[in-house]
Amino acid sequence: MAKMTLEQLRKLREEKKRDIERRETEGKEIRIIVGMGTCGIAAGARVAFDAILAAVERHGIGASVVLAQTGCMGLCHVEPTVEVLVPGMPDTIYGKVDAATATKIVDRHVVARALVNEHIYDRPAADIIRN
Amino acid sequence: MAYRQYMLVCGGTGCESGKSDEIYKRLIAEADAQGVKDAVQIVKTGCFGFCEKGPIVKVLPEESFYVEVKPDDAKEIIAEQAVKGREVKRLLYDKSTRKSNNKIDDIEFYQKQFRIVLRNCGVINPENIEEYIARDGYAALEKALFQMKGEDVIAELKTAGLRGRGGAGFPTWLKWDLTRKAPGDVKYIICNADEGDPGAYMDRSTIEGDPHSVLEAMALAGYAIGSNKGYVYIRAEYPLAIDRLKIAIAQAKEYGLLGDDILGSGFSFDVEIRLGAGAFVCGEETALMRSLEGNRGMPVPKPPFPAISGLWKKPTVINNVETLANIPVIITKGGAWFAKIGTEKSTGTKVFALTGKVNNSGLVEVPMGTTLREIIFDIGGGIRGGKKFKGVQTGGPSGGIIVEKDLDAPISYESLAALGSMMGSGGMIVMDEDDCVVDVSKFYMEFCVDESCGKCAPCRIGTNQMHDILDRITKGKGEEADLARLERIGKAMTKASLCMLGGSAANPTLSTIRHFREEYLAHIRDKKCLTGKCKDLVTYSIDPSKCIGCTLCAKKCPVPCIAGERKQAHVIDASRCVKCGECYAVCKFGAVVKN
Ligand SMILES: Cc1cc2nc3c(=O)[nH]c(=O)nc-3n(C[C@H](O)[C@H](O)[C@H](O)COP(=O)(O)O)c2cc1C
Repeated sequence: MAKMTLEQLRKLREEKKRDIERRETEGKEIRIIVGMGTCGIAAGARVAFDAILAAVERHGIGASVVLAQTGCMGLCHVEPTVEVLVPGMPDTIYGKVDAATATKIVDRHVVARALVNEHIYDRPAADIIRN
Repeated sequence: MAYRQYMLVCGGTGCESGKSDEIYKRLIAEADAQGVKDAVQIVKTGCFGFCEKGPIVKVLPEESFYVEVKPDDAKEIIAEQAVKGREVKRLLYDKSTRKSNNKIDDIEFYQKQFRIVLRNCGVINPENIEEYIARDGYAALEKALFQMKGEDVIAELKTAGLRGRGGAGFPTWLKWDLTRKAPGDVKYIICNADEGDPGAYMDRSTIEGDPHSVLEAMALAGYAIGSNKGYVYIRAEYPLAIDRLKIAIAQAKEYGLLGDDILGSGFSFDVEIRLGAGAFVCGEETALMRSLEGNRGMPVPKPPFPAISGLWKKPTVINNVETLANIPVIITKGGAWFAKIGTEKSTGTKVFALTGKVNNSGLVEVPMGTTLREIIFDIGGGIRGGKKFKGVQTGGPSGGIIVEKDLDAPISYESLAALGSMMGSGGMIVMDEDDCVVDVSKFYMEFCVDESCGKCAPCRIGTNQMHDILDRITKGKGEEADLARLERIGKAMTKASLCMLGGSAANPTLSTIRHFREEYLAHIRDKKCLTGKCKDLVTYSIDPSKCIGCTLCAKKCPVPCIAGERKQAHVIDASRCVKCGECYAVCKFGAVVKN
């Protein structure tokens, strides 16, 4: 990316916003986002990340799943945390995701379309940017 | 096969006692009985942090939020919502009953948290500038550069009422305004990311989760005061935050959002990273600037203030990470929007690192004016293991303890100071009945002894003296006059120290003496530490009438110094006991006695 002008920045922002909307309305893409702040990593986020990757490959659904990282959501007591966005299902945050739970999240939530018991947490606050 | 509806039953410890498990089972049974078990999935969740109104049931995708649900409500919830698709109105959370400190009513929410600083943390990929841009990132800079003058940016901050989050609470607009008006061609912006307060990690998480928000704010500051150069002074012990910051700076330069002629506006701004020297005092602004210049990090007297003579004697704005992270939102949404959140004199939100003996430790951001009780008992889910709350330390080694009777005070700079503590940077450590206040005070004083730079006598000598006195009290060698001594030295340090390290080092001790004088006296007069934390003052023994000889304590003893045959009363050899308390903790029969 070369240095942007004002117009280019505005265009990029609009494009990216549209991408998000499209993702939500078309509902093709599954997103799995792992919290990877220092606290998450210390609690085993990389292990969870790898387990998710392995499970996605095992199911052969790599083409429709995007696996991404983010910073800390603030739920330190239940790290590692993983957010799962599956079209047609509620956006879900899972906590205390060890390798076994990570695998379960892919098997049950992503593939079989049912929430995984005991590990769901609430998003701590409403989003001030999108509201 | 996919479910049409999901019912989430909050399974936190608070709700568990309120029968959430029974509600969960009843909902499943009702779904089965009413023939909708394939349409609605019922799941148990972790704590939703709304314990005062628990148990909670949330229905998705409708987002129905039911509070104070009883097992007998299960039938109606299934019959109405799962079968007929109608909400059970009488159980819905009534937002109008909320004691809210937000006068922002276009946001529908039930949570106690309100995220401005942490808006992108846990939402975007911090290593991808485009995700930041998609969430109105760099829109504030764009607005400032093309629609506002430097004064306008400062005026917006004034309307917002933003005050420094690094501890002192100085109005940010004023700091910027003074620096703007200070004579000089070369001026600097510094982001203070040294975060040395033990138990605090708000700034680390903000930079790790949303580095661009800080960079954007620094560029805004540069534009507002007429500076082209910024430094982030960051703790060297934060490798991940440093990495992400480096990536962010490189991307912002590549996209032309930092560097020369930003977006063709003619304004140039560059940011460099400087690693902290690893001392608490280097977070103090004058010491920080000396350290940044390559000198030993020691404070210098103020005035002159950094706004007049700061880094390399040039006018300098130095702001904390959290202060800065608020600023892009203030510019895009307007100062008036921001001022509606919080209390009159303390606007906006505050991020706290909630740790210690709470169930839900974590990073929380709440509107100013939220009470400590709401933070600890609702968001924090109360005290771990059902123990009794003793106090909460805010402001770390510079702050004080706040006790039960003051928990309903709304949080603001003024109220916490009035309670003998301070806002501080945001560390919030919760203590329960097992924590000894003398031990805690000694811990903080030890920290200050280690961290005192030694430049001024009140701090260098005072912290050592106070520490020695506290140490002998914890060893049962204190005398009653020691309390007056602590208070006298503490007052002298508070008045005479060069910087606020020494100026506030006595706070934890003075505030605990004020609230827990009896506990100090028990150590001094009776040579007793009721919590057992002061090891020199406890002895463990076994009550032979209660011991059934299960051998568990003997197995757990690390020395081992517990003897006894199976099914016979055991005995502790006090001369070898290291007072770890393991035996006391594992005994199921209350046979181990702590004195
Ligand atoms: C001993 C000591 C340590 C400090 N450490 C920090 C720190 O780590 N981070 C910080 O932002 N401010 C720290 N401060 C406060 C700074 O001196 C200064 O007030 C602050 O950076 C100003 O920014 P603000 O107005 O945005 O709060 C410390 C102060 C003292 C006395």
